[in-house]
Parts: sequence; C-alpha cells; structure tokens
Amino acid sequence: MNLLLLLDMVAAGRGDEVAVQAGDDRLTAGELLTSAWTGAEVAAGAPALAFVGTNGLAFPIGLFAAAAAGVPFVPLNYRLSHDQLGALLAPLGAGTLVVAEGEAAASLAARGHRVVDAAEFVATARAGGATGDVPADGEGPAVLLYTSGTTSAPKAAVLRHRHLTSYVIGTVEFAGAGPGEAVLVSVPPYHVAGLANLLSNLYLGRRIVYLAQFDAGAWVDAVRSERITNAMVVPTMLARICDVLDADAGGLPSLRALSYGGARTPATVLQHVMALLPEVDLTNAYGLTETSSTIAVLGPDDHRAARDGDPVATARLSSAGRVLPTVEIEVRGGLGEPLPAGEVGEIWVRGEQVSGEYAGREAPIDAAGWFPTRDRGRLDADGYLFIEGRSDDTIIRGGENIAPAEIEEVLLQHPDVAQCAVVGVPDDEWGQRIAAVVVLRPGAAVGADEVRAFARRSLRGAKTPDVVTFAEALPFTETGKLLRRVVQADLLATS
Amino acid sequence: MKLRPGQKLHSAVCDAQVVVVKAPGADVEIGCGGAPLLDDGESDAAATLDASLGDGPLLGKRYADDDLGLELLCTRAGTGALTVDGRPLQLKGAKPLPSSD
Repeated sequence: MNLLLLLDMVAAGRGDEVAVQAGDDRLTAGELLTSAWTGAEVAAGAPALAFVGTNGLAFPIGLFAAAAAGVPFVPLNYRLSHDQLGALLAPLGAGTLVVAEGEAAASLAARGHRVVDAAEFVATARAGGATGDVPADGEGPAVLLYTSGTTSAPKAAVLRHRHLTSYVIGTVEFAGAGPGEAVLVSVPPYHVAGLANLLSNLYLGRRIVYLAQFDAGAWVDAVRSERITNAMVVPTMLARICDVLDADAGGLPSLRALSYGGARTPATVLQHVMALLPEVDLTNAYGLTETSSTIAVLGPDDHRAARDGDPVATARLSSAGRVLPTVEIEVRGGLGEPLPAGEVGEIWVRGEQVSGEYAGREAPIDAAGWFPTRDRGRLDADGYLFIEGRSDDTIIRGGENIAPAEIEEVLLQHPDVAQCAVVGVPDDEWGQRIAAVVVLRPGAAVGADEVRAFARRSLRGAKTPDVVTFAEALPFTETGKLLRRVVQADLLATS
Repeated sequence: MKLRPGQKLHSAVCDAQVVVVKAPGADVEIGCGGAPLLDDGESDAAATLDASLGDGPLLGKRYADDDLGLELLCTRAGTGALTVDGRPLQLKGAKPLPSSD
C-alpha cells in the first residue's frame, strides 16, 4: 500500500477540513493532495526528493510529492554544515531535487545541486491543479531517514511504503479524531517522530499545527492560542515546558493528551509534568527510526495508577509500557536464546512496520524476520518493557555488564546535579571503568568525592563511578539524545 | 482468488475500493454486492448489485474474517456489502490505543 493512498482517503473523506497549518498558512487535505501532485511535477526526473528545512508546509507537500513522483523523500537535518549535507545528498544520485530553506538553498545550489527554495516550492505546488492515480506500489522506499547516530556514524534507514502504511493502519483509526482536535508538532521533520506525527494525525483527521522549531515559550503560546488538544514532545522539551508553566502558572486548559518519547525521560521530569498537568492524558512512546516509530506505549491509565500511588504502576513509570498488538517482542541472551521475564538482554522485534533495513548495507534481520534493536532491556511478568540503554553503551567492568542509565538515574537525584553522563573508559585492570561527567546546577559547588559518596549510598561499589568529572554542558542531539561517543572521546582526549 | 497484502481491489457493481491488509493462506472468493471483487484494470459490465446482502463498506473502516485471517481496508466507500465465500465480512471495531504521535 502506498503512502499517497492515506492522503487520498483523507481528501475523499474529510477533504474540506484543514489538515496542516504553519502560522496563518493552512491547507485542507484536498489542497494538500493537489499540491502533492503539482509538487511531483516539480520533481520530474529526480531520483529522490530531499528536504532541508524546519517544520512547515514544505514538509508534508514534499513527502507526498515524492510519493506521487514514485521517489524516496529524504528529510535532512538543517543544522548540519553544508559539507555534511553534501555528503548525505551524494549517494541519492545526480539530479536529486533539494527543497531547501534560507542559506542552505543558495549554498547547495552553488555546489551544483538541483535546488528549489522551500517557499517557492510551496507556492508552485499550491498554485497548480494536478491530479493523478495513486501508485499501487507499496514496496518502493517512501522515506530515507538518517538515524541519530549516537553510537556510530549516521546511516540511512529505508522505510518502504508498506512499513509506514502498516504502522498507520495498525495503530490509528481513520477519521477517528473528534471535532476541534488539533495537534502541535514541534519535533523536527528529519526525525521519525516528525514523520509519524504527520501520517498518524493526518489519517486521524486532526488539524496539524506546525511550530517551525521548538521553543518552550512559543510552544506554550501556540497550545493556548490554537486551542491545541494533543502534542508529542521529547524529554528535553518536556523539562523546558515545565519551567515555562512553573513561571507563568497559566496552565494548558485545552490540552487533553501529551505523549513523550525519543529518549529516556528522567523520573524527576515526569513527576513534575504529572503534578503540573493532572488532567492531561500522558503516554510514553518507545520506538526506533528502523521500526517506523512507536512499537511500545505506556498509556494514560498506567500514568494515572502511578499518580494514585499504586506501587507497581509507579515502578512501571520508568518502563516503555507494552508492545503494540501488531508487534512481537523477544528479549534475547548473548547466544540468541529467548530469555524469560525479568532477565536483561537485547531487544528483538518483528512486525509489518519493522524495516530494519539501511541503504547500501545488508539488513541485520534474521531468517524468521526478527530485527535486533541494539537496545538492552527486560520484560516484567505482565509484558511491560524496561529499556536499559543501547547495547553499545553497556559498560563491561570486570566482566559485569553495567547499564549507564541506572547510574545516571541515581546521580540525577542529587539536588545539585542538573545533567550527567556515565560512560565506560578503557582500564588495564577492569577492562573498563565507570566515568561520570556531571553538569551542576548554577551556583552549586560539590566535589567529585561527594558525588561518588552520594552514588555509593544507592549503588553497589562495582556500579559506583570510579571517576567523576565536571563539565559546563553535555552534547545532546536536538531531540534530546545524549551523544555518548562524544562524551567518551572528550574524556579520552583530556585524560 | 489468492490474495496478497497491499493488493488493491475494486467492486464490479459500485464505487467501493479496498486494500488487502491481511491475506489468508488459502484461496478465497471475496465479493462486493454479490459480484467478485476485481483486480486493477479488470471490469465486469454484466455484474449486478445484490442489495439484500447488506450495507456497503464505509471509507477508512476495516472489514475482517478473523477465522480466515482476512482483513480489508475500505479506501473508497460503496453500496455493495463485502463478503468472503458468500458470508458477510465483519466491521472491525476501533482499537483503544493511546495516541503516541
């Protein structure tokens, strides 16, 4: 099944309702469909349609124009240098159409790329009246998405039409949104959450309101002025939104549901949100680029039970919830054997939305269709999934596997610790020793020994950081993922 | 007919179009308004609508036979009822999944 069929259905069923909005610019589903067909004419002959820009109408038009043209859509991080963008564009093939905003448009054009300015692309697409027959193809690549590359160089995940349409059809009900529902999207368009937000909400029939880039004040203002009912944010956004709400005490009266995910959410942040927004349905979503977004959810009922003091539910607040009914999960040991509930191993998943494929590389999927996420975790007796972190991040100290997440969670409980990163560094005696890099709150003065002693109160000696150093800031991706390989490299460079 | 996931079919007697979401392993006869559903490009001018079979499919709704492992998604509404091997397909209820996007 082709992505364009989803839009075609919405245009047939709810074609006159506003589907996407950026500032005061609005497109109905019917207009979006026509714009997509006209945009496909702009992309004629191109082997791919790349997008370098912030959230706006060029993103949905570009995505569906690529589908109409039968070529992959490739959203790229607009914060990358123009050299980096050039390197990611090269393998897409000569003649790739690059829809780009601002400086990137001129710079990439000067380097010989086929570039159209994003505003011009939107204007041209909206002015035309093209139509066409929805392609039957579900097999072709719909989107190439560069993974965040927290542990290695970025690589392009290949999401085929059938993966994305399976995800949408399997998880949301067509036209299921009630009247007046509107979602605020502030996750970037080059992130799988941005893609999933667009597809799911369009299919649901919710008005999608774009915030060009995330800013906590602008986000809160937009929720209030646009009467936003739903939103999805990453944990770093959640923390900043809480700070704004703390300061102005205005609340978010229209907001009914807020989902969060994309990285591990510190317990302190989650408790803060639950206290600030008691009426809002909270959902934690876990997924990967390679799985077409969400594969497990911890829903509003789980959050409410925790808020009411249920100890089991409270413990599960740090879980990713349960896998979707359309996805299968196994936790496997070092020999590939399935592990029973309670034991930690590598998380493998299978399902129609799971791609697991990277451009130009052999897919790591096994013969039975299972994909290794390279995340480590465990399931509890009721199937709640607890993520411990990336397999590549696991510290092996004296033969013992140690998840940085557990140690970081303890350090964050210290009132003077604002942020922290725990990584393994080479050690002759232990193989690896545990290093913690800590960012203190403004004005705080705590020594390394005091931080170690604080950690030792909750952790065994083997899990207590061997070294604690302090930093002004930590390197994060824009969606709140810690760049551990950068932390590790910095430590090695200074030691 | 042997179905495959992603296959597009259309009605011979009304506007209905469906996409196969789940396909059974065995051959099945799926119909709309009493006439077999057709593959892309096919038509059957002689087919007539049998309205006694029930209401036609609604846009965006899924129709299934869980015993067979068959599921269709209606991508264009129509007036002929969907059937498998002569039996009506059942409308699948909305799933109560929390919004994660």
